Amino acid sequence: MGERRYRSASGAPVALRRRQHSASCRELAVRCPRLQLRSLSAVTSAVWLAAYGLFVLSENSMVLSAAIFITLFGLIIYLHFVKVDQESLLVIGSLGIQVTSSYASGRESTTFIEMGQVKDVVINEAIHMQKVIYYLCILLQDPGDPQGVSEVVPLFQSSKPRLDCLIEVYKSCQEILEQRKTAPQSSGIK
Amino acid sequence: MVLKVFFPSCCSSAESGILIGRWISEQNSAVILAVVHFPFIPVQVKQYLSEVQRVTKVSVSVLGSWSNSKQEKEESLSEFLEDLGTIFSHEPWIQISKEGDSKFWSCSTLQKHSNNPKEEEIILVYYDQRKVMLSHLHPPLATATSTDHKADDASKLSAVFDTVAKSKILFMTDRYDDGPIKLTHWQSDGVEASIIVELMKQASVPACMLLTFLLSLISGICRSRVLKFWPLSFLWSKLSTCEQLGHRLQHLQVISSNKKAQNQTQLMRKANIFVSLLIDVALGILLMSWLYRKNRIGHLADTLIPVADHVAEELQDLLQWLMGAPAGLKMNRALDQVLGRFFLYHIHLWISYIHLMSPFIEMILWYVGLSACLGLTVALCILSDIIALLTFHIYCFYVYGARLYCLKIYGLSSLWRLFRGKKWNVLRQRVDSCSYDLDQLFIGTLLFTILLFLLPTTALYYLVFTLLRLLVVIVQGLIHLLVDLIDSLPLYSIILRLCRSYRLAAGVKFRVLEQQDGKPLRLLMQINPLSYGSVIQTYRLPTYSCYPKDSWTSLCKKLFLGELIYPWKHKGEKQD
Repeated sequence: MGERRYRSASGAPVALRRRQHSASCRELAVRCPRLQLRSLSAVTSAVWLAAYGLFVLSENSMVLSAAIFITLFGLIIYLHFVKVDQESLLVIGSLGIQVTSSYASGRESTTFIEMGQVKDVVINEAIHMQKVIYYLCILLQDPGDPQGVSEVVPLFQSSKPRLDCLIEVYKSCQEILEQRKTAPQSSGIK
Repeated sequence: MVLKVFFPSCCSSAESGILIGRWISEQNSAVILAVVHFPFIPVQVKQYLSEVQRVTKVSVSVLGSWSNSKQEKEESLSEFLEDLGTIFSHEPWIQISKEGDSKFWSCSTLQKHSNNPKEEEIILVYYDQRKVMLSHLHPPLATATSTDHKADDASKLSAVFDTVAKSKILFMTDRYDDGPIKLTHWQSDGVEASIIVELMKQASVPACMLLTFLLSLISGICRSRVLKFWPLSFLWSKLSTCEQLGHRLQHLQVISSNKKAQNQTQLMRKANIFVSLLIDVALGILLMSWLYRKNRIGHLADTLIPVADHVAEELQDLLQWLMGAPAGLKMNRALDQVLGRFFLYHIHLWISYIHLMSPFIEMILWYVGLSACLGLTVALCILSDIIALLTFHIYCFYVYGARLYCLKIYGLSSLWRLFRGKKWNVLRQRVDSCSYDLDQLFIGTLLFTILLFLLPTTALYYLVFTLLRLLVVIVQGLIHLLVDLIDSLPLYSIILRLCRSYRLAAGVKFRVLEQQDGKPLRLLMQINPLSYGSVIQTYRLPTYSCYPKDSWTSLCKKLFLGELIYPWKHKGEKQD
């Protein structure tokens, strides 16, 4: 299955890639827009201009070297901890759902939620800044109360794709989640 | 339902044989632990398995067959393998076969008594046996607190981890052993033969016993009646050094106990305490060597008296300023002079006392500095105590100022009530109206006026001394924060997370391997290590202090009313 382009909630282009590995295993990956060169140069120039202004006022050359270190350090920290390159969802029927975020520096942070804990995958609305956006989330089962929801895990938080993309992902997930309801011997009730 | 087969990656190149492991029926998954090779006698295999089951309490059984053929699939072999299914009856009988060096294996199941003839899907999950055996799964904190769940409800992954961890004894058989049964599973490369490690293990038991004896002696002395008399017990409770030493004594007792650690948490706690003590003593000895080199401690003692003198002089200047017209405010002259002179005399007494002590300071400091070898935390506590002793006069001034101010405020509030014709009913704890006599009203109003006009002077003194006291409290608080950090940081767990991250697992992650149509889905299960924040939160050592006692609003209220504040309170002290 190929790649299709959509838009994020703020208008930036994102791409959704769907892969079906087997009848009960699907991988859905949303790729976020890359780091723009012009925003990077704008921030660097602003910091260096401010540092040069301080240097002219204080006649201390340490300010300039400090500004260079701050820019380098800040860029490394931004790429390693903040900038998300791709967010993916791996749904394996009867095992669980795995949520991965890959950062721009190559780091990957993964969470695996077992199928027994997953109650449902739904599209919810939320107020984000001055907008109302749609987001996809996994509802976790409350172990004590079969009707209750213990936790809501939001997905695709950095890329924030729009409703059309979310509907595609939702449909793919629900096809696999339905399989566990039609399974003849399901666990849990003994 | 989908059938999940957990296959150890070390058995991928094993010769043909039968698969043994555990079948978890409620999750429809098979955890394969080892492969038994041909030739074998079925009766012996069954005997061996029942013995393993008895020792490990894991229901190990024969799950299926494994065929690794270098040439094309032979028909006779496949029939032979199916016949094995009748000897070791297991439902369902799993057959995995690998052709040549192909990555894609074919996997099928034989169901004799099944009522649905539909081919069920099979997922093949590879796992690293050694890592899964050694790792400890940390459930998320929310589920860890609920303990009323049966083992059946346990998550699938913890069942898999449990199975592999409990079957440790199965992995002890060596492949070169000459026995009736030949197994393939994870093999350790051999027991450590380091002489030093062996010697240390042998020496640890008598060392522990000696340490326990010494510690019981020391704690016996500490608890003796001699030290419990009133002035001494008051002194011990106020000095934070004694608290810290008692805390470390407790830690030593935990380490030197002869009982082996019951479970993972206790083992980690012991290891953390041991490493923390070691690092503490090492840092303390480093500090001591730095202090005693070039006689720095002599220099420190020499500068102590001038610093105390300087502080006293600054205080005198401050009081002279208050006795004048501080910040342009106009004070009541008489009260100002009285208070100022009283505090000045106090400082004069303090300076004389310090000068009396000055010849002995160097010697005392030299010997006290030696106790830094007990640990960096002890040295920091001693520093905090020295600061408390040197600023004792500031504490005294704060208490005087606070008491005066408190009295004034209470007097004012009570007379204000009299002014309005009301009274505080102690029995009912409320304000009631009351009719006063004329002379009572007259005197009350006079006193109220006097107290009101004297309020700014007292309030200013109180403000200045409270600020000074708060400064000292903040400095002491920072030192205690550092001591607590060193005390409670679980260094062993952090180093373990750094070097052997698979030992502390938050969960697992799956990676989809190359697929081929018609073959089962192949996944690789890897261990997802715990984040550093959760490591610290799970394994931090408990400390003896709790802070702060009051919330911000109650602190402000106490400051306003003039009640004495003690922001840092230790556990075990009576709450007043």
